[in-house]
Amino acid sequence: MIEKTNERSVKDSKHTISVLVENRPGVLARVSGLFARRGFNIASLAVSATEDPQVSRMTVVTHGDAHDLEQIIKQLNKLIDVIKILDHTGEDLVEREIALIKVQAGVDNRGEIMQLATVFRAEIVSLSPRDETIIIEITGDENKIEAFLESLAKFKIMEMVRTGKIALVRGSAMT
Amino acid sequence: MNGAEALVESLKREGVKHIFGISGGAALPIYDALSRPEAKSIQNILVRHEQAAAHMAEGYARASGKVGVCLATSGPGATNLVTGIADAILDSIPIVAITGQVPTSVIGTDAFQESDIMGITMPIVKHSIQPRRADDIPRAIKEAFHIAGTGRPGPVLVDIPRDVSQGQVEKFIYPDKVSLRGYQVHQVANPEDIEAAARLIAESTRPVLYVGGGVVNTDAHKELLALAERLDAPVTTTLMGRGAFPDAHPLALNMPGMHGTAYANWAVRDCDLLIAVGVRFDDRVTGNLAKFACKAKVIHVEVDPAEVHKNRRVEVSILADAKDALKKLHSATKARKNPEWRRQISEWKEQEPLRYNENGKIKPQHIVQQISELTAGEAILSTDVGQHQMWAAQFYSFKRPRQFLTSGGLGTMGYGLPAAMGAKFARPEQEVWLITGDGSFQMNSQELATSMIYKVPVKIALFNNHSLGMVKQWQDLFYEERYSGVNLEAVPNFEKLADAYGCLGITVTKTQEIRPALEKARETNDRTVLIDFRVDPSEHVYPMIPSGLSVDEMRLQPK
Repeated sequence: MIEKTNERSVKDSKHTISVLVENRPGVLARVSGLFARRGFNIASLAVSATEDPQVSRMTVVTHGDAHDLEQIIKQLNKLIDVIKILDHTGEDLVEREIALIKVQAGVDNRGEIMQLATVFRAEIVSLSPRDETIIIEITGDENKIEAFLESLAKFKIMEMVRTGKIALVRGSAMT
Repeated sequence: MNGAEALVESLKREGVKHIFGISGGAALPIYDALSRPEAKSIQNILVRHEQAAAHMAEGYARASGKVGVCLATSGPGATNLVTGIADAILDSIPIVAITGQVPTSVIGTDAFQESDIMGITMPIVKHSIQPRRADDIPRAIKEAFHIAGTGRPGPVLVDIPRDVSQGQVEKFIYPDKVSLRGYQVHQVANPEDIEAAARLIAESTRPVLYVGGGVVNTDAHKELLALAERLDAPVTTTLMGRGAFPDAHPLALNMPGMHGTAYANWAVRDCDLLIAVGVRFDDRVTGNLAKFACKAKVIHVEVDPAEVHKNRRVEVSILADAKDALKKLHSATKARKNPEWRRQISEWKEQEPLRYNENGKIKPQHIVQQISELTAGEAILSTDVGQHQMWAAQFYSFKRPRQFLTSGGLGTMGYGLPAAMGAKFARPEQEVWLITGDGSFQMNSQELATSMIYKVPVKIALFNNHSLGMVKQWQDLFYEERYSGVNLEAVPNFEKLADAYGCLGITVTKTQEIRPALEKARETNDRTVLIDFRVDPSEHVYPMIPSGLSVDEMRLQPK
């Protein structure tokens, strides 16, 4: 789920926060509604199950200065269904996103695209020789995916889909 | 036992004595349960519009300190509660709003009288719960009352689908405590914060206490008085904090902000320490934030962590209940005197007291003063929103908290009459006055009927200027008198309107009629009395700091 960031915080830095919430209907609406009505932006959002079936994790990437981030965390904490919030600013994280990219690939350029995919350790997950398209799956942090997209720029990207970021803190610290 | 009966039993366990509401299809099982002998300890009050039910619950909560309860059916019944719920979240008023909902089997199908009230109210509730099984109802009610009434109070919605209220409860178990891992209340002050605050207090020479609704909500007025006297610190009470400190006290500064007293605003401007207690640095108080108390260090006592540093960066924050923090600050500080500072403030008070100009016409400020005198500052005062609200806040001499009921944050016209009645239900022995305007009063005047039927007489002083006075004031001052949408020319004959509902109506057109009319209202206790005061329509509220500006741009009452 990617939303265009608003102007106010383009200059500000990016923060990744984990929001642990009760696994109940309507919780996503409460969290996303809070971001919307208080003018906080969501650069990326991933919602998933956790090791505890009663708890869901929302990994949110947001832009803002220190004051914005403080308000986001405090306002989220006021939601009864929010159990815990962790701000990962400055932490050592394993971060992953997945992108699926459909590229037009004829006989003449298919080889080059596949080579590029190999360099980025991306996978060709679908190949349709008849209509000359391939779908590439790439997993990695944001920079890697951006770099891959850049190197694909000279080819025709027909469609793309990208997940929100998920992240865990390295080592024994909990995320 | 069905879900609705479990609901009634749960409400009884919470000590509920009054429910304000209107029935309808999806609420039928609940109303049926309320009609049973088991429910006889709960008075079921049928109002005339659900918005009024929500405001009555608010008035009830504000006057009593208990959680107020309102009830409506699904669809339009539920949406009519929305304004009251929004009002309660902004003023931190504890209410539980119960709504009927269409059966779970048809939720999401645009069924008759279906509205997604959970979704509609999501941004304006402290929490909301939709039980999906009859057995979930007791826990939902337990949680709702706990969440509404603790920490920073607020509204909680419980939306009950009809099949859930009709469904059978296997075994009624009322939980004796609530366990919500996502809800912590910061009640007790951290000793280090108290020490840090005490150090700032010791260093200051010109302290001001800026106190609000948080002191009222925790009934911390005695602790406030003790601390103010110990520190010899003047106290300014916000609109939501009026009554938290007695106005007759020499340390009282009355209200700060847009229509606050000049001396309160000057004191805040020149203080070197602002002790903010249960307040949120609202724009109506601060105006231009950069120029608000800009010579001062700030101590912020607040129960809601999100309010700390939200509008103003503060030097010391104390996350706690106002009562606990004030008590601890008292023990951590020494008694002192600030003669220089007090002398300065006395000078300001003499230089620019609250005042108005007599011109032979009926002055609303004068009426408020008269009511204040006649009731010896003991009445419960409810208001609507606009000029009359500001005059009521300025000119009534309050003695104690829970005496002043007003819509501060949302500024809801139509709040006053139902809130006054809610207070009368909670405190029947108290004299309850409503100060209102011709604009506001017409937004919920239908509740005169409810006041008569349930014998909750209130005394209404209606300041009739045939216009939306506060908006007109802004058009006078900032829009070169281009009046647009403010003329209420065809107001009803309020005396006859009162009469039509069986109330006593009085019209006052001359100054010498003011006192007898007020006395007549005070003597009449078997019905609601409405006095239609034909006030000077050109009157403005002063002092005034125009929106977004600072104390330097304060406009005083012209001499």
